[in-house]
Amino acid sequence: MTKDDVKQIVLDIIAEIAPDEDLSDVKPDVRLRDQLDLDSMDFLDIVMELRKQHGIEVPEDDYPQLASLDSCANYLQPKFEALNA
Amino acid sequence: MSTRPRIVITGIGLTAPNGNTLAEYRANLLAGRANIQNIDMRYMGQVHAGVCDYDARKYQSRKEIRNGTRAGSVAIYCAREALADSGLDWESVDKSRVGVYLGTTEHGNVETENEIHNISQFNYDTKFWTHHHNPRTVANNPAGEVTMNLGITGPHYTIGAACAAGNAGLIQGAQMLSLGECDLAVTGGVSESIHTFGIFAGFKNQGALAHHEDPNQASRPFDKGRNGIVVSEGGCVYLLERLEDAKAHGAKIYGELAGWAINSDATDAVLPNPVRQAECMRLALSRAGLEPGDIDIVSTHATATSMGDIQEVTALKEVFGESSRTRINNTKSFIGHAMGAAGALELAGNIPSFEDGKVHATINVDELDPECTLPNLVLNQAESVEKVDTILNNSFGMLGINSVLIVRRYSE
Repeated sequence: MTKDDVKQIVLDIIAEIAPDEDLSDVKPDVRLRDQLDLDSMDFLDIVMELRKQHGIEVPEDDYPQLASLDSCANYLQPKFEALNA
Repeated sequence: MSTRPRIVITGIGLTAPNGNTLAEYRANLLAGRANIQNIDMRYMGQVHAGVCDYDARKYQSRKEIRNGTRAGSVAIYCAREALADSGLDWESVDKSRVGVYLGTTEHGNVETENEIHNISQFNYDTKFWTHHHNPRTVANNPAGEVTMNLGITGPHYTIGAACAAGNAGLIQGAQMLSLGECDLAVTGGVSESIHTFGIFAGFKNQGALAHHEDPNQASRPFDKGRNGIVVSEGGCVYLLERLEDAKAHGAKIYGELAGWAINSDATDAVLPNPVRQAECMRLALSRAGLEPGDIDIVSTHATATSMGDIQEVTALKEVFGESSRTRINNTKSFIGHAMGAAGALELAGNIPSFEDGKVHATINVDELDPECTLPNLVLNQAESVEKVDTILNNSFGMLGINSVLIVRRYSE
């Protein structure tokens, strides 16, 4: 799974939990909260959907790793690889 | 109540199974058009229900709808429609002086059942339980969602009053206006109850859930063949103001809250007590300075259970038995039992009588139960009358809570 694949997974989840947002031009290196209307409950939704849809666990201490699409990809890619191994 | 300020209705917004505006709802009530559907209920199969089809996106983002509750959405729609109806310049309203007081029969069943179903898909592992559960199920949720949607910073809470809640919401709003706690009261009642199987199953196992081959004929108060309640969702929000405030901004005044009462049976959790119901009606009448013979329309609570209807008829005979002027009707025969919204919706269905001089019927009475005979029960077809000046609205609930609200035509 490539980092772009991981980014798309995260974007698909955001499309579900924040359906009013325009996701056509999300900048991967900018914090998601700085470019989308997302609050702490929404980030908890991202964590929940990663758990439900993909069996990925994100411990609370690692929540800052979900700040941007790039950081999501860097953090989650090894977890997806481990699942698929 | 002689020293309290006069309280008037200056806006109405609603969603009912047969109408998403007061005009549409009223037209269907006068034309005898019910709207009850068959829906699939989790664990139960097909049940009758009154379903609303208002456009939630009119006033809410997709995310608000996703994260909030159906009751909150119904409340927001009705509140925003009431504000639009009032013609108030919302931008100039002091939001800290607005109070939101909404009646609910219950709240949280829907969301809890949904989450239990959700975790059942994950072997009941509670790490899949949503973090939205608590804000969705707190008892103030529907009123709180209204404040967030509209930026209202005055007080808000719900009034839990079983199926007496619609009237109770209005009464609470009037009391808070009288106390000076707010200048504009957003009141009424809401219900999302068709989304919880527990309410249907509870009524069914109590022998009180209606069934009929034609869903539109399932809700049949006072008919000999009645066999229970049709559960419905819906909402109705009234804007209430002190008369001088309403006049100051040239409000359209629908009517004046003339008197009200709430009391308790203190006898049985489910079987109503006609003695206390009659006492509640008489208390509301005395507070309004009216006699039974002064009431033009009694909007009954009757839900089409075998005993409940007879109990209310007993109370009505005691209070209105000698009043030749009083017409008696029932709105649940059209829309089912909208639970926390019932009292508020049923009153709204009758308020246009002040303008059009018509009394909508109680429909689906093929054979009037001899134990439910009442003078001037408006059966199956709307009646035209000379003039309607007063409406008495009954709304009763489990645990023996009775609420009665009297609205009269506004005059100087």
